[in-house]
Amino acid sequence: MQSDDVIWSVINQQFCSYKVKTTTQNFCRNEYNVTGLCNRQSCPLANSRYATIREKEGVLYLYVKTIERAHSPAHMWEKIKLSNNYSKALEQIDAELIHWPNFTIHKCKQRVTKITQYLIKMRRLQLRQQPKLVGVKKKLDRREAVRERKALSAAHLEKSIEKELIERLKSKAYGDAPLNVNESVWQAVLDRERNGDKSKGLEEELDMVDDETDEEDEEELEEEMDDEWGDREFVSDISGDEDDGLSDLEDIGDDLGDEGAEDDEDDGDQEASESEEPKQPKSSLGKRKAPTAQPKPPKKRPEKKSKKGPRVEVEYEQELETVPLSISDW
Amino acid sequence: MPPTRFEPSSIKNKIKREELTHKKKKAKNQDKLQRRLAQAKLESNDPAAKKKRLSENVPRTLDNTREFDPSFLTADPSTSSPQTQLTDGASSSEQTPQIDENSLDIASDPFSSYFNSEDDPNIPPKVLITTSPKASKPTYEFCDELVGVFPGAEFIRRKKGKGFEMGRIAGWAAGRGYKHMVVVNEDTKKPNALTIIHLPHGPTAYFKLTSIELTKQIYGHARATPHNPELVLNNFVTRLGHNVGRMFQTMFPPLPEFQGRQVVTLHNQRDFLFFRRHRYAFRSPEKVALQEIGPRFTLKLRSLRKDIPAVFNLGEDTKPLAFDTDEAQSESKESAAEVETAGPSAKVTPPKQDEYLWAWKPELETTRRTFFL
Repeated sequence: MQSDDVIWSVINQQFCSYKVKTTTQNFCRNEYNVTGLCNRQSCPLANSRYATIREKEGVLYLYVKTIERAHSPAHMWEKIKLSNNYSKALEQIDAELIHWPNFTIHKCKQRVTKITQYLIKMRRLQLRQQPKLVGVKKKLDRREAVRERKALSAAHLEKSIEKELIERLKSKAYGDAPLNVNESVWQAVLDRERNGDKSKGLEEELDMVDDETDEEDEEELEEEMDDEWGDREFVSDISGDEDDGLSDLEDIGDDLGDEGAEDDEDDGDQEASESEEPKQPKSSLGKRKAPTAQPKPPKKRPEKKSKKGPRVEVEYEQELETVPLSISDW
Repeated sequence: MPPTRFEPSSIKNKIKREELTHKKKKAKNQDKLQRRLAQAKLESNDPAAKKKRLSENVPRTLDNTREFDPSFLTADPSTSSPQTQLTDGASSSEQTPQIDENSLDIASDPFSSYFNSEDDPNIPPKVLITTSPKASKPTYEFCDELVGVFPGAEFIRRKKGKGFEMGRIAGWAAGRGYKHMVVVNEDTKKPNALTIIHLPHGPTAYFKLTSIELTKQIYGHARATPHNPELVLNNFVTRLGHNVGRMFQTMFPPLPEFQGRQVVTLHNQRDFLFFRRHRYAFRSPEKVALQEIGPRFTLKLRSLRKDIPAVFNLGEDTKPLAFDTDEAQSESKESAAEVETAGPSAKVTPPKQDEYLWAWKPELETTRRTFFL
């Protein structure tokens, strides 16, 4: 039989598994407790007449203890759904607990208010976009730090930037009268271009032999050194004519390749001739060249021709138009 | 060296053993030196031989043994013959019946408007730089540096309070003519990530940000001038890489001011993007002098989203609060919401869901030779 006083004396004097003792106050962990405090009035176990409010998935229910069913704890509580409307819910509580002690009614209403407020807050918080939290992965960070260090040393940053700038200078990407180059240096570049033209044929033959894309900067430096050697060989070149012819072909090939040379960032030669077409660098990932703003394709073309020296004739022009087809059919 | 009867390791006297080992080692080194000298002599006479040796003796590195995945790569060296590179111009498309897919991609990607625009190429694109909410001092300092890097950049403090999601800010920025938005994220009071948003319609790239060195931390740095810098974008080969490179390129004005002699580099090596800024001077036709301006930092792509960042509950009002609203009230709210949604149709609205073009996952890196950019 239910005997409130006995139960309460046990709970109060001896032990209750729901009781939480603190220095100032005792609390109750029972879910049916209206106030959360451990005292005679609000103990859900030691009161045969008891009512409380609980929330399940955003819906409020009034739980009323029916002591007649104490023998079957599963059915002991009567569950009454409360209205969504706050004021209506309060009225509902008044109606359901009509002759109950004021304390119970008051505490139930207080609990309704509290739950309603936290539901509102929950909804509001849900709308706010919270930053996504990502765990720190120490091992991954360490691994990537090491890889970054190695990549940095493999990149030879300064070298590759210098190489790229030199290529731009030589390919006349800076225009005919560059603002960023010393007078004397620019003159030297022009001179070299005039002189080194013949030997270029030879070099490019060598290039064909090489695996050109994977070469490192050192390779490039070597080529530049060869330029100086080239001067010497220029005189005693026996098969010079053939070489020149070849180099012409290759130039054209380059031109052709460049029309679509978006992919090869590494390839310097393509960068070089890219500037011939003003619209070209725009669509490519590549560099922004002076010609983008000062489009001068008519100027550029003859320049390329003049590289070939005094021998160039009009017939070559015609060859230019016809050759591309055959090249592309390779 | 005369062959010894004993292996040095079998000799018990330590001094003797050391002596012997040193002798052996010295002889070996000498031998090597002689070989190299002979080779150098030979090659000084015959440059072709050196060229041949160098061309044959290419060390295997992670970079040149890289694994190419046809699903996301368009720059497999085996396929990048001159034929496949023919693109773009009408004449080339006539010559090759199969038009390069890659170039078509590039021609139709969201950055193409930058390359085809008829505006004055000197005008830098507007870039909005901001931070994550509640940023701290190092992040602001880094932002200051970024403002110095991009000619059209402007720093705006991230507003406090709710409703300032990245996507929403991006939408407003697009409405005000910004071409890019950069958000510096911070963790433990240090900048740790960079989100670059191309406006108005994406894509959004999210980078991990490491090894930041500000200008003042770089010894012997040069001073930046307000000239539009040149740009060097190295080693971007895949489709994804092109996207990233072009995004970066569009943050700068199309026409550099060469008299400034400044060059901004984004060098891709093994998926790490190294950012550097230098001032250069041509000393001779073979030599360039570089002086770093700063800042330095390293980026690593973590994800690429198609659109601007999503705002998950954009324009949603709070759910009609079941507890304290009457039916009449909720109705009025709905109608108000309708009015709101009808208004900003012309504006750029962020999407409700993120659509990832690419996202880094640890399991993507099957080998150390797999690179994505």
